[in-house]
Amino acid sequence: MMSFMGHQPQSQAVGYTFSQPTNAPNKEHSFYPYTDNGGSTLGITGADFAILAGDTRSVAGYNINSRYAPKVFKIGGDDDTGEGAHIILSVVGFAADGQALKERLDAVVKMYKYQHGKPMSVRACAQRLSTILYQKRFFPYYVHAILAGLDEEGKGALYSYDPVGSYEREQCRAAGSAASLIMPFLDNQVNFKNQYIPSSGDGHALEPKKPEPLPRETVEQLVRDAFTSAVERHIEVGDGLQMMVITQNGIEEIYTPLKKD
Amino acid sequence: MNHYPEVWGRPRDDIYGPYNSSYLQTTGPKTHTQSPAVTGTSVIAVKFNGGVAIAADNLASYGSLARFTDVKRLRVFGDSAVVGFSGDVSDMQYIDRLLESLDIRENYSTHGNMMNAKNLHTYLSKVLYKRRSEFNPLWNHILVAGFDEDKKPFLSSADLLGTTYSAPHLATGFGAHLAIPILRRLFPEEKPLEEISKGEAEAALRECLKVLWYRDARSLDKYSIAVITAEGVEIKEDQVIEAQSWAFAESIRGYGAQVN
Amino acid sequence: MTGFDFSNYNRNAALHAKGVPLPKATSTGTTIVGCIFDNGVVIAADTRATSGPIVADKNCEKLHYISPKIWCAGAGTAADTEFTTALISSNVELHSLSTGRDPRVITCMTMLKQHLFRYQGHIGAYLVVAGVDPTGTGLYTVHAHGSTDKLPYVTMGSGSLAAMSVFESTWKANLNREEAVELCAEAIKAGIFNDLGSGSNVDVCVIEKDKPTQLLRNYIKPNERGEKERNYRFPRGTTAYLNQKVISKEDMRKYVTVEEVSGDPNLMEVDS
Repeated sequence: MMSFMGHQPQSQAVGYTFSQPTNAPNKEHSFYPYTDNGGSTLGITGADFAILAGDTRSVAGYNINSRYAPKVFKIGGDDDTGEGAHIILSVVGFAADGQALKERLDAVVKMYKYQHGKPMSVRACAQRLSTILYQKRFFPYYVHAILAGLDEEGKGALYSYDPVGSYEREQCRAAGSAASLIMPFLDNQVNFKNQYIPSSGDGHALEPKKPEPLPRETVEQLVRDAFTSAVERHIEVGDGLQMMVITQNGIEEIYTPLKKD
Repeated sequence: MNHYPEVWGRPRDDIYGPYNSSYLQTTGPKTHTQSPAVTGTSVIAVKFNGGVAIAADNLASYGSLARFTDVKRLRVFGDSAVVGFSGDVSDMQYIDRLLESLDIRENYSTHGNMMNAKNLHTYLSKVLYKRRSEFNPLWNHILVAGFDEDKKPFLSSADLLGTTYSAPHLATGFGAHLAIPILRRLFPEEKPLEEISKGEAEAALRECLKVLWYRDARSLDKYSIAVITAEGVEIKEDQVIEAQSWAFAESIRGYGAQVN
Repeated sequence: MTGFDFSNYNRNAALHAKGVPLPKATSTGTTIVGCIFDNGVVIAADTRATSGPIVADKNCEKLHYISPKIWCAGAGTAADTEFTTALISSNVELHSLSTGRDPRVITCMTMLKQHLFRYQGHIGAYLVVAGVDPTGTGLYTVHAHGSTDKLPYVTMGSGSLAAMSVFESTWKANLNREEAVELCAEAIKAGIFNDLGSGSNVDVCVIEKDKPTQLLRNYIKPNERGEKERNYRFPRGTTAYLNQKVISKEDMRKYVTVEEVSGDPNLMEVDS
């Protein structure tokens, strides 16, 4: 018998509701849209050049996807040859996001040139990259990016990013899975951290060794030593080392084999 | 009859029971293809002098059930490209339909069919990456084999996340564990492509499929193999794994102390 | 007191429930294999030990001694493979002493599986047991949960599939010693180069009837590190310090007493 006495909520009278029942547990997403493709990158600047380097191994779990999958790209140059580029970008982390990010930035730098009739400065490009990353603040590009080029004065410029767009200009930076192995080495060998000038004073008066821009030959050696050492102690780093050196004469690419185990 | 207008003209709860609201559209996350159902296992491929060879078995599994045993997982596109699919079969058929319409469009266009395997791979990887970014992935791992714009052999992979990579030899699924070590041993990366013949490449793939048949519980001894050269695509879809070696099985007695 | 100490179990369970992670154990990510040949058996292993993605040891030994003609290759948690094989080695020795016979592979395998089964997989030892005894040649795998397998060729560890692909494509019956050693080394190399959990060198152990066992440590070294390009020696005085104290050799002297020992220095007290 229908009761006319009580004040029933409408939905109970109808027997159904259009709103989602709130007591139902939220279904868990079984799909995770990210993966880690491993590897490491590293950038160092000098007085008139910048170097970006990355190993060429692509990883999935304990498997090697490919022994040659580059992580360093020329930005704003010809699609196939990269000719005409004056900015380089390295991305490490989730390779699909890295690829998408690189293509976005490449398009931006090209459009800038078409619209303004002059190449984009590294400073402007660095700021734009930060914006691109932050635009995806709540579904980030899962990558650590490093951007390099020459600044307005012709000095080496290097910018490093976190996945959501926080960035900083630096002398050197290591990113990726072996960053924690390489970065302390760079602090010590590039910025001379923890190095003091012998017998320059007693106790706190001891003078720290002052960092100064290193010559290109030295930097290339440091990069190779950093990577051969990372290969020894990190399982995801290896196979090959891709180095891009940007100078006023253009971009030079150097490949060095690394251990394959 | 009661005085609630919203129930007038509707089935009465006291007679028909309450309406089952679970049939209504919900606003929760999409649940379509959040996990694969009918799946294909490994696809394997290798580059050789003047082309690419690619192979996959003809099985579509439903969990651990060998559900369909005559499913072709290699799809020829145009006259010099082949796509190999592993993962969800319904998503494979959806992509197949995409490729069909793409092919028709290409053929009706004034410039003729210009899509090479490299272009095809770029297209498919973007489709996969877009769908993963919408949290509605196409649950496949694909290999694309053919030629690039310079007529050089091309082989590349793309997965449900949109991750892409290429190498002289590629394999998906179980093949990444079992076939890749064999292929890398036979054809080391540093060995020039010119020293690998079509016959060697084809034989290596057949050997890999045999090992997969021995060791991958979701595989089949019936398979398809496609060889892509400048002359075109030569595809054989009803191959059987031959010269299997089970002789050692006779000597096996138990798992421990048992002797006969 | 014997066996494991569980006195911290409740404390650790409470800590874990509060979100304190378990300590990371060194694992021998590993490729290990074994293969029977006409006159005995070969086992082999890679030499990389890992802790997550970091290489903990570049040249560790994964071939463990059980008895002169029974050896074990271990994968899984490094400590578990080490202690389990050492324990079974002791028990096999005692058993052989009490029976007055040479130890058998099947005895060792049974002791291992019963020990591991009792601990329900919590002892993370994955082993390849191989040897020669009066009954013939034995080759087994033992999983951490206690299951075993008996096959003419076996592989284990994270590189087991890479290694198995070599066996499945090139193994044939009635191998001789050289062929078996080469096959095992090839299988380990497949693991080293295709599996990130495995790396560095190949260790081989050949156990043959009526011949002493040969442990071929670093049988192949395919991954030697090249020269570093720069010299990283710092000039003396580079590191900062606040004070120093120099202790000379003469200062140390006064803490040392020298005693002359008579008799054979090789004898232990108990040997008298």
